[in-house]
Amino acid sequence: MKSLEELNAIRNKVKGRVGLRSEDENQTRVVVGMATCGIAAGARPVLNAMAKLVADKELENVAVVQTGCIGMCRYEPIVEILEPGKEKVTYVHMTAEKAEEIVDQHLVKGNPVVKYTLGAAEK
Amino acid sequence: MYRSHVLVCGGTGCTSSGSAKIIEKVKEEIKKNDLAEEVCVVQTGCHGLCSVGPIMIVYPEGTFYSMVKEEDVPEIVSEHLLKGRIVERLVYDQAKGMKSMAETDFYKKQHRIALRNCGVINPEDIEEYIGRDGYQALGKVLKEMTPDEVVKCILDSGLRGRGGGGFPTGRKWQLAMGNASDQKYVCCNADEGDPGAFMDRSVLEGDPHAVLEAMAIAGYVIGADQGYIYVRAEYPIAIERLKIAIAQAREYGLLGKNIFDTGFNFDIDIRLGAGAFVCGEETALMTSIEGNRGEPHPRPPFPAVKGLWEKPTILNNVETYANVPQIILNGAEWFASMGTEKSKGTKVFALGGKVNNVGLVEIPMGTTLREIVEEIGGGIPNGKKFKAAQTGGPSGGCISAENYDIPIDYDNLVAIGSMMGSGGLIVMDEDTCMVDIAKFFLEFTVDESCGKCTPCRVGTTRLLELLNKITEGKATMEDLDKIEELASYMKQNALCALGQTAANPVLSTLKNFRDEYIAHIVDKKCPAGVCKSLLTYSIDPEKCKGCRLCAKNCPADAITGERKEPHTIDPNKCVKCGVCMTKCKFDAIEKK
Repeated sequence: MKSLEELNAIRNKVKGRVGLRSEDENQTRVVVGMATCGIAAGARPVLNAMAKLVADKELENVAVVQTGCIGMCRYEPIVEILEPGKEKVTYVHMTAEKAEEIVDQHLVKGNPVVKYTLGAAEK
Repeated sequence: MYRSHVLVCGGTGCTSSGSAKIIEKVKEEIKKNDLAEEVCVVQTGCHGLCSVGPIMIVYPEGTFYSMVKEEDVPEIVSEHLLKGRIVERLVYDQAKGMKSMAETDFYKKQHRIALRNCGVINPEDIEEYIGRDGYQALGKVLKEMTPDEVVKCILDSGLRGRGGGGFPTGRKWQLAMGNASDQKYVCCNADEGDPGAFMDRSVLEGDPHAVLEAMAIAGYVIGADQGYIYVRAEYPIAIERLKIAIAQAREYGLLGKNIFDTGFNFDIDIRLGAGAFVCGEETALMTSIEGNRGEPHPRPPFPAVKGLWEKPTILNNVETYANVPQIILNGAEWFASMGTEKSKGTKVFALGGKVNNVGLVEIPMGTTLREIVEEIGGGIPNGKKFKAAQTGGPSGGCISAENYDIPIDYDNLVAIGSMMGSGGLIVMDEDTCMVDIAKFFLEFTVDESCGKCTPCRVGTTRLLELLNKITEGKATMEDLDKIEELASYMKQNALCALGQTAANPVLSTLKNFRDEYIAHIVDKKCPAGVCKSLLTYSIDPEKCKGCRLCAKNCPADAITGERKEPHTIDPNKCVKCGVCMTKCKFDAIEKK
């Protein structure tokens, strides 16, 4: 180890990895439905894409977690985004490609992608 | 990139309840479910709640599973990791309905500095330590601070030695820094010997790099290039992880030559102790590192002047070191803002004895014993009453119920006749006999006395004999005076702290529970019903149904009686083993 920069490079590389192991009330939670219906509809690639995007973009205080059947199996894969103090946003018929757009627009910039939400799908 | 982390405790407590097998099983099941690229398994150090181990924590949810068995693993993997359905029946009771572990009674009042990485990182992976700001303090010290500035920072923080003595750490470093020499040494005391104490072991097992980093900082301050960690051989997991940590630190250039390109050289080696209690005493410890029989010698000269191989040496305890990097990174003020006036920061305690949550806790100085036992410790099992707590091991004393609410710090504990010690905290309920407890610790010091000086070698033995007389009902009131006289003689004349403090468990119980001693001597009774010689077993004829169960099980044939008639115990034959009492279904056996 020759310099602090070298040390910091390792720290930043690993930070996302160990950062997952924190608990904070102000955390934004990205909840992916991973019941049988969700998995059958392709929720796993969505979950993995979400987790990878959040880590790659070094989004702090965002947890990508799974949940069971939300009850609207025909809309699976479903992803819900819960931000502290804001209303829950439910995205339906998710894909890995949509995930990328949602992370960019919603999580980074704070603008929910209305066209993929449950509200838009029900119209 | 893993979306989920499964942390399984690999501390000694959980390892002995089978966590290694659980890790294997988790890995196997993850493979079976094709999750190997999505979920990683991490073996961590101690989480503290050893009584409900093996512990498994799944992130990002932070689900706290307790008492996990191998056969539970497939369910956890297929339900939780694959489908995201938490296996409620395995979640730690207290954590049910809570958002996170931090909200449970056990963790709520804790504040983790020395234990900040224990149970969070994989201790065998230096990168995880670096990811949690590891070695940043060393970098800061080497690049930006002078040794004087570091010493000032440690002095201002108010950090005192966590091994028991409570000597200001900064002052110790300052002394060693001021003594010019061609060679100096930095030593770490990991010879944790108090019965029931396992704080240092847990730090070494869960966060070994914190100790290495702090030792390197100390080396920079005093001008030493060599460190030794003296750890007892009966800590195999700690030793293994230390070895791995040292090898990794060398590989990353964080130990060795020219660290951070500053020209600073520092390396660390491990020395194993054979588990002699006296080797936790600083002069004996250094004699042992030198390869000689571990016996103490008189001070002065103090180690800071003439220590290891007669060179200036500093010796700090594991937990003391674990605090150092955090103090450097967060500042002296941050550390000094916690705790009481003269005791800053936090203290780790190994909570044991008659308490529900047996385990490892780190609390800010000034927390009361009541908070530790009732809130963090979850109270005393079976609705029994708190009687006393023992701190400081064989050098310490008992805190009685009247001091249940005093804030715990170095000075308060000394004022009430105990001491901080290295952090063993043994809780006792009303079924504990205080004379018996004093006897237990004396038996320990008799065994562990190195024999070099007479006050300790003979004094401890005589003291134990006096205690034995009391528990056998053969003592007189004069023996109490003799105990006090002998104790004060040992305190003044013994060579090292082992002998000087050996009488403390007797003196503090005598002070706080004199009635109990008198009951043994005058009434020939043991109020707690522990001391066998003073007990008589009898059968209540009203309750006895004559089932013969006690008579059948009595190993001494001391119980007689006709079927369906009340039985009796012959006190001359009775060996007081208590079998009859455990066998009786009608609660008819009495012990007085």
